[in-house]
Amino acid sequence: MSDLFTQAVFIAMVASGVRLAVPLLIASLGEMFGQRSGVLNLGVDGIMLLGAFSGYYAVLRSGSVWYGLAFGTIIGLLLGIVSAVIAVTLKAEQGISGIGVYLFGLGMSDLLFQKLVGTPVPISSFPKVQLPLLSEIPLLGGMLFRHSLVVYLAFVAVPVSMWVLNRTTFGLNIRAVGQNPESADSLGVSVARVRYATVIIGGTLAGTAGAALAIDLGIFQQNLTNAAGFIAIALVYFGAWRPLGVMAGALLYGLVNAVVLQMKTLGIIPLAWSDIAAMVPAIITILALVVVAQRFRPPAALTTPFSRGT
Amino acid sequence: MGYLVPVAAVVAALLIGAVILLRLEADPVEALGVMMRGAFGSSNALMNTAIKATPLLFVGVGITIAFRANVINIGGEGQMVSGALLATTTALVIPELPAIVVLPTVLLAGIIGGAIWGAIPGALKAYYGVNEILSTIMLNVVAVQLMNFLLRGPLIDPAEIERGTRIPQTERLIDSADLPHLLGKLHIGPLVAVLVAVGAYLLMWRTPVGYRIRAVGLSQDAARYAGIEVRRTIVLAMTLSGAMAGLAGAVLVFGSESHRMVTDGSTAGFTGSAGFNGIVAALFGGLHALWTIPASFLFGGLLVGGLAMQRAVQVPSALILALNGLVVVFVVSSDRLRRRLLARDYTGRRAAPTSTNDPPGETSPAEAEANDR
Amino acid sequence: MRKPRFAWLAMLAALALVAAACGDDDGGGDGTNGDDPFRIAIVAPSASNDLAFSQSIVDAVNLIAQERGNVTVQVTDGMFVVEDAAAAIRGYAEDGVDLVLAHGSQYGGSLQEIAPDFPDTAFAWGTAADTFDLPNVFSYEAASDEGGYVMGVMAAALSESGIIGVVGPIEVGDAKLYVDGFGVGVLAEDPGATVNINYIGSFSDVALASEAAQSHLAAGADILTGTAQMVVGAIGVASQNGLPWFGTQANQTSLAPDIVVASQVYHWEVVLREIIANIEGGTVGGEIYEINLANGGLVIEFNDGFDLSDDVRAKADAAIDGIKSGSISTGQ
Repeated sequence: MSDLFTQAVFIAMVASGVRLAVPLLIASLGEMFGQRSGVLNLGVDGIMLLGAFSGYYAVLRSGSVWYGLAFGTIIGLLLGIVSAVIAVTLKAEQGISGIGVYLFGLGMSDLLFQKLVGTPVPISSFPKVQLPLLSEIPLLGGMLFRHSLVVYLAFVAVPVSMWVLNRTTFGLNIRAVGQNPESADSLGVSVARVRYATVIIGGTLAGTAGAALAIDLGIFQQNLTNAAGFIAIALVYFGAWRPLGVMAGALLYGLVNAVVLQMKTLGIIPLAWSDIAAMVPAIITILALVVVAQRFRPPAALTTPFSRGT
Repeated sequence: MGYLVPVAAVVAALLIGAVILLRLEADPVEALGVMMRGAFGSSNALMNTAIKATPLLFVGVGITIAFRANVINIGGEGQMVSGALLATTTALVIPELPAIVVLPTVLLAGIIGGAIWGAIPGALKAYYGVNEILSTIMLNVVAVQLMNFLLRGPLIDPAEIERGTRIPQTERLIDSADLPHLLGKLHIGPLVAVLVAVGAYLLMWRTPVGYRIRAVGLSQDAARYAGIEVRRTIVLAMTLSGAMAGLAGAVLVFGSESHRMVTDGSTAGFTGSAGFNGIVAALFGGLHALWTIPASFLFGGLLVGGLAMQRAVQVPSALILALNGLVVVFVVSSDRLRRRLLARDYTGRRAAPTSTNDPPGETSPAEAEANDR
Repeated sequence: MRKPRFAWLAMLAALALVAAACGDDDGGGDGTNGDDPFRIAIVAPSASNDLAFSQSIVDAVNLIAQERGNVTVQVTDGMFVVEDAAAAIRGYAEDGVDLVLAHGSQYGGSLQEIAPDFPDTAFAWGTAADTFDLPNVFSYEAASDEGGYVMGVMAAALSESGIIGVVGPIEVGDAKLYVDGFGVGVLAEDPGATVNINYIGSFSDVALASEAAQSHLAAGADILTGTAQMVVGAIGVASQNGLPWFGTQANQTSLAPDIVVASQVYHWEVVLREIIANIEGGTVGGEIYEINLANGGLVIEFNDGFDLSDDVRAKADAAIDGIKSGSISTGQ
């Protein structure tokens, strides 16, 4: 057990947890906006996969990781628009249309990969940026401030999301639409427009998350996300629809995974128990939720399409 | 005209598929023809479709119960696995008895296994306010690792250890646990599923239990006011829903080609994603157990036909997944249009149902009927 | 409001019509023009371009097709759902394919039940060493522990820290064989070395495989290896950190041209040739085949781009020769 707490191992473990948390955090923040306005988008993982492939492919062709991230984001935005049309205009059953988008993304990203790329070709990944001064802090520096730019951006997105949600008219509208669309509508807020905006934000960030994942790994493969999009959705509930909560959830999930991995590597968890150990992050999430759930309620209009005057 | 809408939606999705097929330099007419033939074109195809539809129907029927109680059970995958695990374990320890004893016992074990996996998120929701979407997703993760652990360890075929090959699978389960065959490869699974669907229909629409579940789904406050134990009802709905999925898992094991449980390390490798696709089938069926029967059959046909197309035209299997997704998106998206057109077709009665805090899905004919009483 | 649900009946009817309409334009593939091609079908669990398990068989069959000519190859890949794979195996048999390759040890249970229904069709499955005493089933396996051993010897010789990291999927079959052989090889070369093994619990989680590699770095490993298709993530980490990597199942040099030392490559064509010769001679099953270093089915392909010292190369060659001659045991 002592091996686990040597300084180098401990720093690497936390840094690993942070890296694992980042795609979840980005996707989860986006999904949070949609859910706050009353739209549950279960298609996150499908959008992430298409964003991941697009980002990967753009890097492969252009050589620039930033073009890749931008392209994945744009594909996410387009799929966000499609999701919004489905959920808001066509008022489709949200959970199920999302599963449709997931299956489509899972299949299509693999199909495109097979046809356009073939066998996996590695691409360059994001350069690490050591933040001046901060990266020199003992312990914390190595854990938190020697990552790629995308990692910092993801965490900057947390206060930005808080500000948008709590301090802007747009944020107020989102919350109003999610809690009580009828009265928001009677106050002159366009429920449809707000929901379009939030679902598109969600799609865009899912695309970003996917592209960030693929570029960070420097590779694409069938089902690259391995259902991370579903974990991201779960984290929105875990985080009680609040940016800080979502961040806490993503970090917890990432860290628990990292700790379990490190313990397996060091042989602290015997081989025969590796499957049992792999359950731990899920079980801890459920237990943590029991504590969190006592205090927070979901947006009242979640999953309910809105039609005026019926 | 309303009832042509889903047909048009499927056709539209397949048209997009045809465009993709053209891009892949395959003949779309031939490909889609093979798909239809592979699903519905011969007695062999119909049997394949019925078998593929069976787990979808079980899961879908469970969904019609949970969603009616306004509980979003997306843990069908994990519930199928846990049901299958308990059923398999039972089949491994049960002595050689006549099939008439063995079969009901092992299927019951499947039901119990799934029920437990459903009751957990049900109780967490009812008594601790834990959102079921989250807990069921997480329990899916737990179930798959439990499956890997058990099939690599305690339940593994002793011969695998002896040979050193260690394939994570059980030994072939006892013959008396095989699902009897009706005709060729067609086992009794589909028949059982249809009977269960009818049973669920009766439960939901003809018994006080069903009434309570629906009442809780429509309005917890009103239900509480009416003296219904809301929490207990939510747990019951999830337990029943899990039980159905567990039965799906058991039928998958005892009706499989290999008559044993095997893992490739993932849930979908065992379930074939029936835990998710069953939800789609249930919603296609308007959350109505009886209409889930044709919906499952259709959806099963699509999956079977897709595999046949993949084999015949040699397109990547990824295309089938993408097509599957498109069909779901198109049909679900066109649902409102269908309902609006239907409302127009039947003017004189009430207009299309409005959106309230209802469980997902629409007011079904039978519900409208029940409300009229 | 009862009628609406006839939507479904209408839909079924429409589909049935389409199916019927398409039903008569195809008489099946029973070519009667004398010189029938030899038909091979592959059912494989992952993508046929995975640079790992599935690709190894697809490449081999395509090579055979090129060598012989007049061979048709059909592939159903991505069949991680065992029941779907079983349906595909049965489907190909019904179509009259000459040789159906069930390329996944998890398919064996199904094959055991399917094969007796098609006594004239030859089936081969792997990786496994069991034909279920059926006359129309061949089985094939890879002695991946042999390559693992050779890799382990090199890894131990190259390691300065004496700590070596392994990333695996779940502890089964081919992956387990390779990893176990690797461990034996490491200890044979350097009894004081430590081999840290991390089975991440998934064949598909690339991100987790990547972080598992990172955890090996944190634990002091300076050499990495791993098996199954998700290790592309771990190879990326090795590449970024300039650590030597040992590959298996396919030649992984293209994934990281600077740091892949060598790959153990499966050449299934060695056994496929014998299987096909058997089928043409009228024997459609009953034999168990193995690819190994001695019969050329397993080949250690060195990466010329990696500057391997002559000393280590000599140790590897010695290990290969020792295994071929039987003087070295990999512990299996």
